[in-house]
Amino acid sequence: MPSLKDLKNRISSVKSTRKITKAMQMVAAAKLRRAQDAAEAARPYSERFNAVLGSLAASVGGSDTAPRLLSGTGSDQVQLLIVMTAERGLCGGFNSSIVKLARTKANELIKAGKTVKILTVGKKGREQLKRDLGELFIGHVDLSEVKRVGYDNAQAIAKDVLARFDAGEFDVATIFYAQFQSVIAQIPTAQQIIPAQFEAAGEGEGTLYDYEPSEEAILADLLPRGVATQIFAALLENGASEQGARMSAMDNATRNAGDMIDRLTIEYNRSRQAVITNELIEIISGAEAL
Amino acid sequence: MADMVQFDLVCPERSLASGLASEVLIPGSEGELTAGPGHEPMLTTLRPGFLRAELEGGAQDFVVTHGFVEISAQSVSVIAERAFAAADVARPDLEAILEEARDRMEQAAEDEERHGLERFVADLVHLIDRMD
Repeated sequence: MPSLKDLKNRISSVKSTRKITKAMQMVAAAKLRRAQDAAEAARPYSERFNAVLGSLAASVGGSDTAPRLLSGTGSDQVQLLIVMTAERGLCGGFNSSIVKLARTKANELIKAGKTVKILTVGKKGREQLKRDLGELFIGHVDLSEVKRVGYDNAQAIAKDVLARFDAGEFDVATIFYAQFQSVIAQIPTAQQIIPAQFEAAGEGEGTLYDYEPSEEAILADLLPRGVATQIFAALLENGASEQGARMSAMDNATRNAGDMIDRLTIEYNRSRQAVITNELIEIISGAEAL
Repeated sequence: MADMVQFDLVCPERSLASGLASEVLIPGSEGELTAGPGHEPMLTTLRPGFLRAELEGGAQDFVVTHGFVEISAQSVSVIAERAFAAADVARPDLEAILEEARDRMEQAAEDEERHGLERFVADLVHLIDRMD
């Protein structure tokens, strides 16, 4: 049985843990707010961009002259998986769930005889994948120095990916990230970005536009930017998801610490009572002996 | 209102302006154009330049570098990769973009890409000159 002093130390240590997790939860809540605002503010751009790109792609897509970013290389042999995770841990199952999805997909592709290459964004995902899929890594993007993810970051990643595509390093690229649903639900998502895929535009709403310059020229100009836009949207979703996951993880941790403190306090009080009772018995029996 | 169009200017990080405008002057890649109510639907890319919107509260100027515009009879949507309100754009910002474009131009291998970047740089230089 632990001594009173041990128990007291335990309680104070759990108490300071609770203080830390509580603080982390509040910081995450504030950051979540900001991340959500950023994701919200970026939505009009990506929605409009994709709508225009989608209708352009629908009208040009069928032709033989369609850009390779849209039509693909005609093969799906070499697959690039872009795994986007957080730079920090202590956010519940956030990183693991993205990694798990990417790993399942990678193993499936390997089993199907494809060549898999992995580009990681964020330190945590890299660490987790290094053990079994480390030899497939072709690059890593470090965002640990970045305070607020901006479009520039997405552009840099897109530039790297596009350069690799032009060099013929892969045929199909898929990004893995977590879509933010709510504080308690973030959905790990896989999205193919090269060749670009668009949701079928609604029938009949296609207006006839004049194009200046030609349709093909606009499409060729926009497609590479579309990659950056999608990566940017994914980065923002991921940012919000990470903070949401951290917030609920820290909320749980705070509550668990509270429960533990209650249990330890009861145990402490019982032991203290036992000690007092013991002392009393000793005094009384000592007095009786006289 | 029949004689107004819905004007939106969005860039990747936020929506910059939204409101009713009587006409919008756009630096299209094939030449400047003015879009107003009842304009033929069209889609054009942008080149670096000034964009002026005659909004209800008065004219507003913006600086855009790259992107495209979707024009219909009732709306003008500018989807710009980089856009600033003309009032708070700083020369260093634009010069940084210029520097980057020049670097890319040096490395560009294909003639077509190089040609496009050369025009981009020329437009940007012109834009910076006009700022003073």
